[in-house]
Amino acid sequence: MQLSCPLPKFDFDVITLGHGSGGLLTHRLLQKGVFDILGNEFLGQQHDGASFHMDGKLAFSTDSFVVHPIFFPGGSIGDLAINGTVNDLAMCGAQPQYLSLSFILEEGLKTDEFSQILADIKTAADKAGVKIVTGDTKVVEKGKGDKLFINTSGIGTVHPGAAIHHQHIRPGDRVIISGNIATHGMAIMSVREGLEFETSIISDTVALNHTVYTLVNRFGKGIKFLRDPTRGGVASVLNEVAELTELGVDLVQSRVPVEEQVEAACEMLGLDPLYVANEGIFLAIVSEDIAAPFLQALKEDELGVNAAEIGVVSVNHPRKVIMESRIGGSRVVSYLTGEQLPRIC
Amino acid sequence: MKYLSEYRDPELVQEYLGKLQELTTRPWTLMEICGGQTHSLVKNGLLNMLPDKITMVHGPGCPVCVTSLGVIDEAIWLAHQPNTILCSFGDMLRVPGSKESLLEAKAAGADVRILYSPLEAVQLAVANPDKEVVFFAVGFETTAPANALSVVHAHKSGVKNYSILASHVLVPPAMEALLSDPENKIDGFLAAGHVCTIMGMEEYYPIAEKYRTPIVITGFEPVDLLQGILMTVIQLEQGEFKVENQYSRYVQREGNRMAQATMQEVFTISDRAWRGIGNIPASGYEVNDQYRNYNARLKFNLHLPAVAENENCISGEIMRGLKKPFQCPNFGTACKPEHPLGAPMVSSEGACAAYYHYSSNLAAPLP
Repeated sequence: MQLSCPLPKFDFDVITLGHGSGGLLTHRLLQKGVFDILGNEFLGQQHDGASFHMDGKLAFSTDSFVVHPIFFPGGSIGDLAINGTVNDLAMCGAQPQYLSLSFILEEGLKTDEFSQILADIKTAADKAGVKIVTGDTKVVEKGKGDKLFINTSGIGTVHPGAAIHHQHIRPGDRVIISGNIATHGMAIMSVREGLEFETSIISDTVALNHTVYTLVNRFGKGIKFLRDPTRGGVASVLNEVAELTELGVDLVQSRVPVEEQVEAACEMLGLDPLYVANEGIFLAIVSEDIAAPFLQALKEDELGVNAAEIGVVSVNHPRKVIMESRIGGSRVVSYLTGEQLPRIC
Repeated sequence: MKYLSEYRDPELVQEYLGKLQELTTRPWTLMEICGGQTHSLVKNGLLNMLPDKITMVHGPGCPVCVTSLGVIDEAIWLAHQPNTILCSFGDMLRVPGSKESLLEAKAAGADVRILYSPLEAVQLAVANPDKEVVFFAVGFETTAPANALSVVHAHKSGVKNYSILASHVLVPPAMEALLSDPENKIDGFLAAGHVCTIMGMEEYYPIAEKYRTPIVITGFEPVDLLQGILMTVIQLEQGEFKVENQYSRYVQREGNRMAQATMQEVFTISDRAWRGIGNIPASGYEVNDQYRNYNARLKFNLHLPAVAENENCISGEIMRGLKKPFQCPNFGTACKPEHPLGAPMVSSEGACAAYYHYSSNLAAPLP
């Protein structure tokens, strides 16, 4: 990845409890690490919080990031921390503007890993067009964390034409997915201890806000529902839709886009791609009359080339998601219970 | 995907369904042995595409489901021992023991690791010389060779802090137990493809002969299953009872001799209690005397008191093909995947979980 800034250089190799004391070490960590890299007119004030004006209807969201391992093919926890909150706001039909950034660092974290993550945060924030305006850093004892945890919160202005709410969903509305599913989850799985397998699967983590905002600007109220199907995957989002609307969802397995090697990895591990976590895609429910132009517009965007219409909202089987299997059978797609666990044989 | 999409071809599925419809003149009850087959039948929606005259009942071939409560308790006890790492395949973790599951033991601080291969457990033992590493060796003949190999490997490399809790079960004795049950209503079997990849076909000839029941060794994809069903029905309609091989792209008559030799090196045949079914003589593998130092039961001097199964769970009747999950009064109410009464609701290959997850649209009146 092309970095938009040089890596911060610290004059110490590992994070110690002293870096969270609030004293000189904290000051040096923040100065070199955070302010020099992420600095802007808000952070520059080094105040307890940020104050700014915003107009119109606002969207506000928060997310915590505990991914393990912290570096994975295609990104790091730093990318996720920005893209995750940016995408949550985008799913509200908002253009994200300001983010908070909080670190919980585990004693012993190598500073060059922390530097890389800060650089990833900077790059991701620039791409998404958001500013980090306030933050916090704490250090916990060795064994009380997993290298580092990040929380980000964000705020943005909702597009005046957006009307994204599950109450607007009607029978006949189309379910559209913006890209290949299960890619991020399998990229992480491929580097988990004990599960490593050789593959070139790369996480698709990316900020979706520009793509989504353009669509909201063009299709307005025709977009009923937007969600990034992260943990629990596409199956969980569609079950939520079915439950909230008391309508059914008909899904067509052969239309659900999955990259071939991701599908192969899922087969090998006995996982169902519908339940695997995603990062760089979103699921939209749109009215029937805009479905075709919406899909066309999405496919013309570089983040939507693999987009597909995968199902339809239905009055049949209320509160259930039913999938037509590849061979023409049908089955229920239910909520995931607990974690998806690998099978024995 | 190459080597998979061919076996999920909708046109071929329709062709087989047509032939099956045409050839079936009487009602037949077939049992698929393996939980992987059950899972595939339900997940692909195949079960409700079959002709009405064909009833599939779901066999005992899910290692998670048949591992007895006592053995689960042994694994949990081991996990709680100081300086001990208990390693297991993923889907054993949620199975309820008499007091808790391995997942709950893990949450309470026990060191439980999910692995894909027993050889990783040996590596873990090498990396943690101050700890005892135990692998929870469950499964049918399919997983036994790799588990045996881990013991041979540990022995050859002088790894002393490794042992296995063997809970292996064998298919042919279970089939005989089902067929000799006076309530038996199974007309034909789809034998488990992967088990036969290891064991071959030979041990099934005497069973087919003795019980005059066709046995077709079958794979796991929709086209495999339909072809296996069709081959069984053709035999039944013609009054035949042969052993046939649908899964010939993997299964050879003699099986995998090298894998069999490794199993014979490490294991001895033992009696085994099957959850929901009871004790079946000579139906499992235990670590033999030569490798006794790798037998966790001996190493930890395991003697836990006997425990009774949950009397509200009818898993025994389900795994003997006498009842369907929907016929259990607790199905989907008191017994759900998040709070299972018995193992078939836990494993992704368990008949109850398969029905619960994939086929609440099958909740039609039962025959």
